[in-house]
Amino acid sequence: MAKIIVVTSGKGGVGKTTTSASISTGIAKRGHKTVVIDFDVGLRNLDLIMNCERRVVFDFINVIQGEASLNQALIRDKRVNTLSILPASQTRGKEALTKEGVERVINELAQTFDYIICDSPAGIEHGAQMALYFADEAIVITNPEVSSVRDSDRILGILQSKSRRAEKGQDPVKEHLLVTRYNPVRVERGEMLSVTDIEEILAIPLMGVIPESQIVLNSSNQGIPVILETESDAGQAYDDAVARLLGEEREHRFMTAQRKGFISRIFKGD
Amino acid sequence: MTDTPTNGVRQVFQLKSASVSMTALALYYFENEEFEATLRDKINQAPGFFKDVPLIISLEKYEGLDSDLDFFSIIGTCRRHNIHIVGVRGGNEDQRRMARGASLALIPGTSARDKDHANDSTLDAPAPEPIAEFTSAPTVAVPAKIISRPVRSGQQVCAAEGDLVILASVQPGAEVMAAGNIHVYGPLRGRALAGVNGDEDARIFCQSLEAELVSIAGHYKISEDLQGSGWKSAVQLQLKDSLMVVTPLEKA
Repeated sequence: MAKIIVVTSGKGGVGKTTTSASISTGIAKRGHKTVVIDFDVGLRNLDLIMNCERRVVFDFINVIQGEASLNQALIRDKRVNTLSILPASQTRGKEALTKEGVERVINELAQTFDYIICDSPAGIEHGAQMALYFADEAIVITNPEVSSVRDSDRILGILQSKSRRAEKGQDPVKEHLLVTRYNPVRVERGEMLSVTDIEEILAIPLMGVIPESQIVLNSSNQGIPVILETESDAGQAYDDAVARLLGEEREHRFMTAQRKGFISRIFKGD
Repeated sequence: MTDTPTNGVRQVFQLKSASVSMTALALYYFENEEFEATLRDKINQAPGFFKDVPLIISLEKYEGLDSDLDFFSIIGTCRRHNIHIVGVRGGNEDQRRMARGASLALIPGTSARDKDHANDSTLDAPAPEPIAEFTSAPTVAVPAKIISRPVRSGQQVCAAEGDLVILASVQPGAEVMAAGNIHVYGPLRGRALAGVNGDEDARIFCQSLEAELVSIAGHYKISEDLQGSGWKSAVQLQLKDSLMVVTPLEKA
């Protein structure tokens, strides 16, 4: 039985697509057959971050409307061969996502794949609701600031009331908190909310903390999922998050500011 | 109390015990036109309250003639005003026989807990002797609504009849409402409205007062007004002389 995981946040620009790319790559790298679907119809980005934008022929909406088969639309990732991407349409509107159509595509994907990752658009409207409707688990992306936390809370409410699991009275959608753009130095200065504050407000289990890093922006621009930057702290943090998502116990890292040692201060002169 | 289903046999229905709180109409005497006028008057005082309610007729204080007691007229008049007479309480044997003839249920006994509340209504003008007064039938406690997960931003939880108990937090942008008391065993960060049907005795209890708004029977305070006393601590809120009072829970 395929596991359907939505990556969502309510607020825009917090790192949903970056996370979808890294989480799906991370799961696929561990040998699970994985597909990542871009639900952001009209504002597609996932193919850019996955560096496959030049290979898009057909898209998710074409498949929903029966204009192409799933195999024609799916793009096999060049780096990890167990990973496929189902890109969004850039020319249609979100209303083209019908519940019946999405369900049919997801059911068909579930026959071949172990994990289906749904990259949600921002907001709480139709597109976001379609992305989360079929989810078994949800990764809620939050930045350490009040408005992002508020929006995450709102999307958690929608997961509990408007998902298929909620409507059918099944076990609730399993929720995971992923804090992105975390800067421990600014937290210490009181410019950002701490992980403890966010956890206390949202009251869901923490799946990981991704430190704010220039690497994230650079790798996005180059079309490389951050998780493949195995030397970087952000890449390692995503790898930890994937491990925890798959049930492994790993200690949380990158949550405290690094103290500069006496010697490095002398030699670097700062 | 539930009757046990017989194994393997498909049942049409199952009998379960249920208790509801109902309004009783204590009838003093009956004259159809006066009855209808008084009824209309009462309904006008609270139009929403009487719509489609079940009502029982209480005959303990009936002083008129048995021959005046025309249940069919009473039922018809009430029906025209969307009130449904379901049964009769008290009365002598003849009266109860007539009630049975009008297909009304016979409800046993009366209770000392019945209280008159028509007369303490401030809306009542010095009226001539009322021919009927509404009293509440023995009230059976309505079970509290219990929520064990956080109430999230944008969600609304309402206990239309009794108390509301929330075992987690009420988040900013969430709204919880109850006809009775509200208990929040977590931080109260959203809005809480107790006594929404006008119960001024309703209270709000919370582990940490961080609310955007609290209201009891329509008297409300917003977050700004709450900063002074008990903010971010365990408190109860209640009305004293129509003023909202915040008391720390350990000293309550």
